[in-house]
Order: sequence, then structure tokens, then C-alpha cells
Amino acid sequence: MMDDFNLIPLVPEIFIAFVAMGLLIVGVFHGNSSARVVSWASVLGCVIAIILLLGLSWSPQTALNNFFVFDKFSGFMKLILLIGVISSLALSVRYIIQEGMERFEYPVLILFASLGMMFMLSANNFLALYMGLELQSLSLYVLAAFHRHSRKAAEAGIKYFLLGALSSGMLLFGISLIYGFTGSIDFDVVGSALTGLEALPLGLIIGLVFVLAGLVFKISAAPFHMWTPDVYQGAPTSTTAFFAIAPKVAAMGLLIRLLMEPFGALSEQWVQILYFVSVLSMVVGSFAAIVQEDIKRLLAYSSIGNMGYALIGLVAGGPQGVSAVVLYLLIYMISTAGVFAVVLSMRRQGLSATKISDLSGLSKTAPGLAYAMFILMFSISGIPPLAGFFGKLLIFNAAVAEGYYVLATFGLLTSVVAAFYYLRIVKVMFFDDVQDPLDAEVPFARRFILAVVLCFVIGFVFKPMPFIHMADNAVSPFFAGQVVVTEQAE
Amino acid sequence: MDMFLEVGLSHYLTLAALIFTIGVFGMFLNRKNVIVILMSIELMLLAVNINFVAFSSYLNDLAGQVFTMFILTVAAAEAAIGLAILVVFFRNKGSIAVDEISSLKG
Repeated sequence: MMDDFNLIPLVPEIFIAFVAMGLLIVGVFHGNSSARVVSWASVLGCVIAIILLLGLSWSPQTALNNFFVFDKFSGFMKLILLIGVISSLALSVRYIIQEGMERFEYPVLILFASLGMMFMLSANNFLALYMGLELQSLSLYVLAAFHRHSRKAAEAGIKYFLLGALSSGMLLFGISLIYGFTGSIDFDVVGSALTGLEALPLGLIIGLVFVLAGLVFKISAAPFHMWTPDVYQGAPTSTTAFFAIAPKVAAMGLLIRLLMEPFGALSEQWVQILYFVSVLSMVVGSFAAIVQEDIKRLLAYSSIGNMGYALIGLVAGGPQGVSAVVLYLLIYMISTAGVFAVVLSMRRQGLSATKISDLSGLSKTAPGLAYAMFILMFSISGIPPLAGFFGKLLIFNAAVAEGYYVLATFGLLTSVVAAFYYLRIVKVMFFDDVQDPLDAEVPFARRFILAVVLCFVIGFVFKPMPFIHMADNAVSPFFAGQVVVTEQAE
Repeated sequence: MDMFLEVGLSHYLTLAALIFTIGVFGMFLNRKNVIVILMSIELMLLAVNINFVAFSSYLNDLAGQVFTMFILTVAAAEAAIGLAILVVFFRNKGSIAVDEISSLKG
């Protein structure tokens, strides 16, 4: 078996693991005053990991006895993920110092969580899936409660931990049933065992439902969304930014691989479940957000709704649908990074302010921030010609092409409802009177990220094809032998 | 009579399903103490382990038992982190009653 010992596809992961452990040692020797250095060093580590990732051969290859698979899909998703991790690290450096939680563990935990997410994206075996998911979750539980002296953060941490552990338990119960009925935990073997089945055993269906419930929890789609608003609101804002940016990409990538490869033969079963989850998430995400007063809570509901839209593409399936999901995730992640650059800058007299009413009159006190937020809100609510519009367009297009008219209609209607609360933020910023002006100080890293995000959001309309091709290319391993539809649409 | 005396796969699966259900119900019905919820989580994971070991023995395949060892290890790490977060919570609130976890709403 020694000839199978090929660690080349794992090089980015190994590198991140060494960087994280090395920075942990640096932090222990130099104390909390090194938090800033450790943060920027982890950003640098992620940049080098991206370079290593781009240097690999992206043709499908497996490692560690088929536990680990590296192909165009996992490569592209890891690329998006690492960009998200870099932006959320860069956004949080100033915040953790301002909030007095300047501890070197913060960036180290983010690195460990990212390592877990990278393993999730490359998992080719239920054991690898579980270990990656737990490495991610255990780091995220601590990050949620990272502000030790805040009651809200402690409560957010405990809520996230308890519900996260419940979801892991359900996922594992599902995996155990699938193992029992297919005889293997390897994705390839499970896939081929499921393909030839005449009648599906009940245990297998129950297993599938449990696995999906566990994963739907991780992408915070309804009906397993109840932790999201509380955790987003209670956790420190920098952690919330990380939660909104990175784990969604990883969990959605994992879900796509799982549904396309081992469970591809059960698509009739999981489409029904995801249909329901998608409709419910869109409804919850749009209606429950209307009454929110806290901007972090509002963004939590917005993320629930956005996951609902992304799931439409997965229900539609086919190369067109799945590539629309990947592109949607990319656009969602980038605009969320921009929104959080603004939210993290909402401070008054040195304290963070998170009420929507705190934004009132921002167009007069800090016009730059107000216009940036204005563009981002228009993009997320899907108003052309901004990037968010194209994300939704491709998703609805895929749904209509596969005949899911009801689902596409639901998507359109809930986007209209959701537009109400996004535009309410714009209204508060531009038409309400200034009550108590916010400190308009925005550090360089946030300015830079905001500028890049705005360039992407506005510039997407001029050059959409490269991104669409990248997404098509990323999902091509799942549809080898099938013609990619968007080629003709050009 | 033999059918009832011989313990087979289905008995193990039933046992595991029962323990899992007890764990889930323990989590939602308990209104007193967070520690009891941690115990319920542990119960759920142990039910999964019974499932894995039973299938592993039935299928004559070692992967299930290997999986069980991993679950036991992760469960230990999970309990450690859960208790650490619980300590932070207790320092802030002075209580670990389930009803106290209610300041975030909406």
C-alpha cells in the first residue's frame, strides 16, 4: 500500500496545519501582545496556501487510501474559502483589539476551523467528512464564545454548542445507518452500492434524512436555522463575519459533493427534502427579517434566505444548476465580506453599535460608508446590474430550465419581500435624521476589502463570463461525459 | 422461543434507536440543567457507537469499529469544549439553568 502514500494533493492543508501550530507556539511565547502579528501572519499563511493550491495539478486524484479527493471542484471551493478566510481575518484584527479580546488564539482558531473546512471540501469518505466537520465545529464553538466577559457571547457559544452537538449526533446516526445498509463508508463504494438498488430499504432513507438534517443545520437553512439569529447576534461581530463568510461555502461544497457522488442515485428522494428546505428557508429568511432591529440578526435571516436560494440550484440539479450554486456562493460570500466591513465599522464612542437605527443619517456623517452599504444592499437584494442580480438570475434560470416553476416563483416573491428590509437600511441611512453620529474611522484593511468588494459587485456585469466559466469548470468533475449547457448560451 | 433468546442485529439496532431517542428527548424536555443536556448528547453519540459496532460485526468489516474509536475521541474533545463554554457562561450569569439561556430573542 506504500505506493498510495501520495501527500502532494494535501500540501495546502499540511501547510495550514503547520502554520496554525507554529503560530500557536509563537503566541504562547510572546503572550497576547502578539495577537496582531499572529493575525497578519495567518493572513500571509493563507495567501501562501492559495499559491500552493494553484500550483497543484487540478486533475482528479485521491490520497490517503481514497479518504481524500482533490479535483477541480474541491480546488475551486478551497480557493473561494481561503479568500473568505483571508478577508474575515483582515476585517477582524482591529475589531478584536478594540473590543479588548486581543488574544492570539483568535487567528489560530480561525486557521484550525479553515483546515477543517478544507478537509470537508476534499472528503471522500464519511470518516474524513466527520473529522473535518468536527474540527471546524469545535473551533467555531470557541470562536462564538470568544468574548469571555460578554454575557451575550457566552450565551451564543452555549446555544451554538448544544445545537451543533445535536446536529453532529443526527449526522452520525445517519452515517451509521448508511454504513450498515451499504457496507462501506467510502463515497465511491456507497455510490456504486446505491446505483443498482431495485427497492430502497427504509433504513437507508432514514439514514439519508438524518445526514441531510445534520448538514442543513450547518448551512443554517430552515427548519434547522433556529441557532443562527441568536449566534449571529450574540457572538463578537468579527466572529459573526467569519460565520457568515466561510462555513457556508464549506458546508455547501460538502453537501454538493455528497449529493452528486454517493447519493446521486437517490436524487429522487433528496430533491423532495431539499425542495421543502429551500422553500421554508426563503420564507423564513424574508419574513422573519422584517421585524428585526439588530443588524447582525437581520444579516442572520438574510443568510438563511440566501441559503434557500442556493438550494434552488441544487434542487434543479444538472451542470447548469450546480454551477449556478457555486457562483451564487461566490457572489454571496464576497458581498457579505463587504457588508461586514461596514458593520464592523459601526462604533460610537469606542463601543460597537449594532442597531439598524444607529445607521440613521450615515449619508451625512460618513458618505463613503453609506454609499458602499447602499451598493451592497442593492446587490444582495438582486437589483440589476449588480453582481447579486446575476447570482439569482442564474439560479432561477436553472430552476426554470428544469421545470421547477413553482420554486422559481417562490424565489422571486421572497426576493421582493427581502428587498423591503434591505432597502429599509438604505432608507435609514439616507432619509432619517442623524441622532448620534457614529465614529467614522475605518482602518485601512477594511477600506481595502470594501474597495475590492465594490469593484467586484459593480464590475461583474462587464465581465461575467470568466466567473461563469470558472463555476462551470469547477462542477465539471460531477458531470464528466455530459455537455455543459452554458457553453451554448453564450 | 429461540427467536427471542438469540440476540441479533435487529436487537442492537432497536436498542441504539431507543437510546438515541432518549438522548434527543433528554435534550428538549429537560428544563433544569445544562449538564443534563451534555449527558444527553453523550447518550446520542453512544447510541451511534452501538449502531456502528453492531453493523461492523454483522458485515464483518472493521471500518465501523474504527469509526467508533474516532467518535469516542471526538466526543471527549467535544465534552471538554462544552464544559469550558459552560464555565464561561456560569461566570457571566452565576447559573447554569436552561431557563437562563434566554436573553437573545426575536
